[in-house]
Amino acid sequence: MRNAFADEITKLGVADERIVLLSADIGNRLFEEFKAKCPGRFFNCGVAEANMIGVATGLAMAGMRPVCYTITNFVTYRCIEQIRVDVCYHHQPVVIVGTGSGLSYASLGGTHHSCEEMGMLRLLPGLAVMAPADAMEVRGVLRAALGQTSPVYVRIGKKGEPIVHEAVPDLAIGKAIVIREGKDICILSAGNMLPTCLEAAELLGARGCSAQVVSFHTIKPLDEVCLADAFAKFAVVATVEEHSILGGLGGSVAEWLSDQPRAMGRLVRFGVRDEFLHKTCEQESAREFFGLTPENISSRIAALWR
Amino acid sequence: MSSSQPSSDDLPQIARQIRGRLVEMSHKAGTPHLGSALSCVDILVAAYWNILRIEGKAPQDMTRDRFILSKGHAATALYVTLAMRGFFPAKWLDTFAEEGSPLAEQPSPECAPGVELATGSLGHGLPVGVGLALAARIRKLDYRVFVTMSDGECNEGSVWEAAMFAPGQRLGRLAVIIDYNKWQATGRSNEIMALDSLAAKWSAFGWKTAEVDGHDIDALTRELNQTGTGDQPIAVIAHTVKGKGVSFMEDDNNWHYRVPKKDEVAAARRELGLP
Repeated sequence: MRNAFADEITKLGVADERIVLLSADIGNRLFEEFKAKCPGRFFNCGVAEANMIGVATGLAMAGMRPVCYTITNFVTYRCIEQIRVDVCYHHQPVVIVGTGSGLSYASLGGTHHSCEEMGMLRLLPGLAVMAPADAMEVRGVLRAALGQTSPVYVRIGKKGEPIVHEAVPDLAIGKAIVIREGKDICILSAGNMLPTCLEAAELLGARGCSAQVVSFHTIKPLDEVCLADAFAKFAVVATVEEHSILGGLGGSVAEWLSDQPRAMGRLVRFGVRDEFLHKTCEQESAREFFGLTPENISSRIAALWR
Repeated sequence: MSSSQPSSDDLPQIARQIRGRLVEMSHKAGTPHLGSALSCVDILVAAYWNILRIEGKAPQDMTRDRFILSKGHAATALYVTLAMRGFFPAKWLDTFAEEGSPLAEQPSPECAPGVELATGSLGHGLPVGVGLALAARIRKLDYRVFVTMSDGECNEGSVWEAAMFAPGQRLGRLAVIIDYNKWQATGRSNEIMALDSLAAKWSAFGWKTAEVDGHDIDALTRELNQTGTGDQPIAVIAHTVKGKGVSFMEDDNNWHYRVPKKDEVAAARRELGLP
């Protein structure tokens, strides 16, 4: 995903001279092409994220389109007040991109896990929160984010994630994408959990359960049309995310569901439990620890569906 | 655009008028931070009468100089200055902090013409100012950016992040002015943190640094005029007195929060030579 980000932001930067790329001492050699093709518009802001967000805001106020990029924890938790006051309060078109989101950097330890930031950022007025599923969606999300004038947060994974889309989808902020049609249950997937969800759908199919899978790439604003449709049509709707079950996609859908005038389909949330991961492990094993596997997802859904 | 030639107005008298208004506004609205507002009046006068290339009638002109009052708790000083410079009608000041007024105790985004940034949370003005200065370079515009901070504000880590970044980018069109009145909300700024040798700190961070009497409008003007003459950002350490201009408020930190009573307003205005 991060290579797709670097490539796409370079293309967008060549096409739009207002685009400025800021990083906080990350992405060694990742942005050489951007630097070469967009001279004077790349700034390594150093390990100083609070300043980076303020600088981005000043750039935006003077007509530029800044994109801030570093590891998710540092570009969100570290500088939440700058995002709130500088970017959101002034409603500036700053795009904030967190890399290595969720459990991508599981092996680096809890300082590098980000399983709460969507919940935190979702509360900020006017900020869109997006979690693209693969390299293609990363490109689509960037195009959409820079094609409008509100602030956007984008969480991406690392590199080498499986590609689901054959081409860059025509992606709109707040409009989920149906990846696989189904009749019985529906899985809403946020970010890089999509391939796992598709595997879970296959396992459900083997049990005679037809599963719809949706790439729910925008956590805010919620695609309420998609939700209304899913809960009207399917007996079980599941949310899956590499994020706490509190506050992220699952939390958002639960809130939405509780506001509906009449009882609808059953919601089941898959995500990170309300605890830090202390175990030394890779992403795959971290997902397993939190039940984010095709086997667990499919069997829990199947049990509810029956 | 007006030129940056020093104004021929009687600037010390203008500063006294602003101070008189600040005392009245604090009393009428019952709002604190009067000492902080009085402290930075001469900085604002030097900037808005002598330095800034900006017109009250064209507050959004992309080529204007930018002035950010990062110490948002002193917003009344900025409001009175902007009103006197024709950015908005002086009668707006009468509504200060009232329900529905454009002028809140600390400014909100685009609350009034001339207010560049919503401030009040300390340590935000300089990073945003750095971004504005970077944009000027990218867009090949020749505006300058001035950020006024309090000494207490220099407690914030984000200030020093920006302080390291700006000289690294050789942002010579950026200036910070520290309203160094030696107090912060609850004590001496040199005792709460090791703030002393403030000039040496900014200098060590790579800023072209000068120390001036922060109530000497001519001296402030001289130093601020250095902005943009080289590729080093400018730091002006303005030694000020909190509560300046009113003897019974000067250097008394109670006036960080205290609101003047009616007789104190009258006494203050008498001292300032105002009716």
